Amino acid sequence: MDFFARIGRSIIDNCSTMGRASILFWGAMVAKPQPTKSIPLVIKQMYVVGVQSLLIILVSGLFIGMVMGLQGYTVLVNYGAEESLGPMVALSLLRELGPVVTALLFAGRAGSALTAEIGLMKATEQLSSLEMMAVDPLRRVISPRLWAGIFSMPLLALIFSAVGILGGHLVGVDWLGVDAGSYWSIMQAAVDFNDDVMNGVIKSIVFAVVVTWIAVFNGYDAMPTSEGISKATTQTVVHASLAVLGLDFVLTALMFGTE
Amino acid sequence: MKNLVEINNITFRRGDRVIYDNISMNIQAGKTTAIMGPSGIGKTTMLRLIGGQLKPDSGDILFEGNSIPSMNRQDLFDCRKHMSMLFQSGALFTDMNVFDNVAFPLREHTKLSEQLIKIIVLLKLQAVGLRGASELFPSELSGGMARRAALARAIALDPKLVMYDEPFAGQDPISMGVLVKLIKELNDALNLTSVVVTHDVTEVLTIADYIYIIADKRVIGHGTSEEIRNSDSALVQQFLNGKADGPVPFHYPAPSLEESLF
Ligand SMILES: Nc1ncnc2c1ncn2[C@@H]1O[C@H](COP(=O)(O)OP(=O)(O)O)[C@@H](O)[C@H]1O
Ligand SMILES: [Mg+2]
Repeated sequence: MDFFARIGRSIIDNCSTMGRASILFWGAMVAKPQPTKSIPLVIKQMYVVGVQSLLIILVSGLFIGMVMGLQGYTVLVNYGAEESLGPMVALSLLRELGPVVTALLFAGRAGSALTAEIGLMKATEQLSSLEMMAVDPLRRVISPRLWAGIFSMPLLALIFSAVGILGGHLVGVDWLGVDAGSYWSIMQAAVDFNDDVMNGVIKSIVFAVVVTWIAVFNGYDAMPTSEGISKATTQTVVHASLAVLGLDFVLTALMFGTE
Repeated sequence: MKNLVEINNITFRRGDRVIYDNISMNIQAGKTTAIMGPSGIGKTTMLRLIGGQLKPDSGDILFEGNSIPSMNRQDLFDCRKHMSMLFQSGALFTDMNVFDNVAFPLREHTKLSEQLIKIIVLLKLQAVGLRGASELFPSELSGGMARRAALARAIALDPKLVMYDEPFAGQDPISMGVLVKLIKELNDALNLTSVVVTHDVTEVLTIADYIYIIADKRVIGHGTSEEIRNSDSALVQQFLNGKADGPVPFHYPAPSLEESLF
């Protein structure tokens, strides 16, 4: 009996959490936008979020591109197909690794920072104090951060892919001696703008919404104690990563599954 | 004397726990009213009820005759432009310097030019003695300075009501004296109504015009400092004199020691 009661309780808790998350999303994204006040705030947050994540995105992109160049080459060279290294690196990055790894890194770097920042604002009564000053914290604090995440992540994913392709070039062409002309030209022929680039961007936008939403909600909903904030930060990284990987499968099946 | 805030027969619960049971208080306009009581009794909760952040389960709270709990969000926000609250931690925005913190409510709620805002902000900072600190960030301020900066922000829009949540907690004697003096002076100079929530008995007896002592979900005593000092209620005397045991027991309710040990 106790067992069923516990299951029931956890279902109710989860439903109410989802409800609160939806209310937050609605209040921050949809209700009464104030463009003149919001745009400068969004730009400021994009700067914060983007700069926080840029270095880690650049470095990871470069290394992943290099690893793919190396791994791809060792397989392809057996079939005399090392000329196809370009499209292999580019397609895997644009379709999969760019959006997914960027989202995971973003969750770890910017997402956890967002949760901690908002949780601290709650714990130090800054959110309450906004409320008491007749300023809606959803609009003033949450909304700019959500938008900033949604705008930044696709850009970061594109940067990741571009740097990765350069990394593949570095290893494949400069080190292992694949012909530079065929690296680029076969890649250009194989990559389709709508199918590959745009699908990657769409994935990235979906991930951006989900990761940023999870991050700001966990901060906003955190218990206002140091323990609560550290728990919320961990939760952000875990939930966001799982959500990204799960959604990636669904999106991939929708986009590329029927060919 | 007119009441700015009237708290009528409020009951408030957190889950199953009753915090207030049918409690009533009046805050007179232009006066400094103190609400005293032991920690955890619900003093911060009372301020949040007045500010409309929490809603009572029953009873009513009137601000200038308008019922706070039954207001919609827009009316409540309009009403809050006339009240401000000094939170226990100060609650300065950590990503802005002192100047921008004080300017924040002005920039949000008025259409004043930056030039005018600058003049107002510097005057408010002058009033709390922090004009020289306007470029500092909250992390660079001492506890007492942070509270004074927050006070400058709280009076930026010239509110009718300022609520202080434990303004003296954790202050050294000097900054405590400064804060006591400031609260008194601001109340008189700006014609404010002040509500001071605290458990520091001596400080508050010197500045409060009227005092409520709450314990055990209700008001156990109220009156002017004089009346409170001379109160013959054992509860009030225990609280004023800080006696460890009395009507408020030292021991958390427990089975008798013999039973637990043997
Ligand atoms: N968000 C909350 N959820 C549940 N209980 C709370 C919450 N905030 C405060 N309480 C409880 O309400 C009681 C009154 O709290 P509070 O008003 O902060 O007391 P005080 O300010 O007098 O020290 C405390 O016992 C506290 O545990
Ligand atoms: Mg308190």
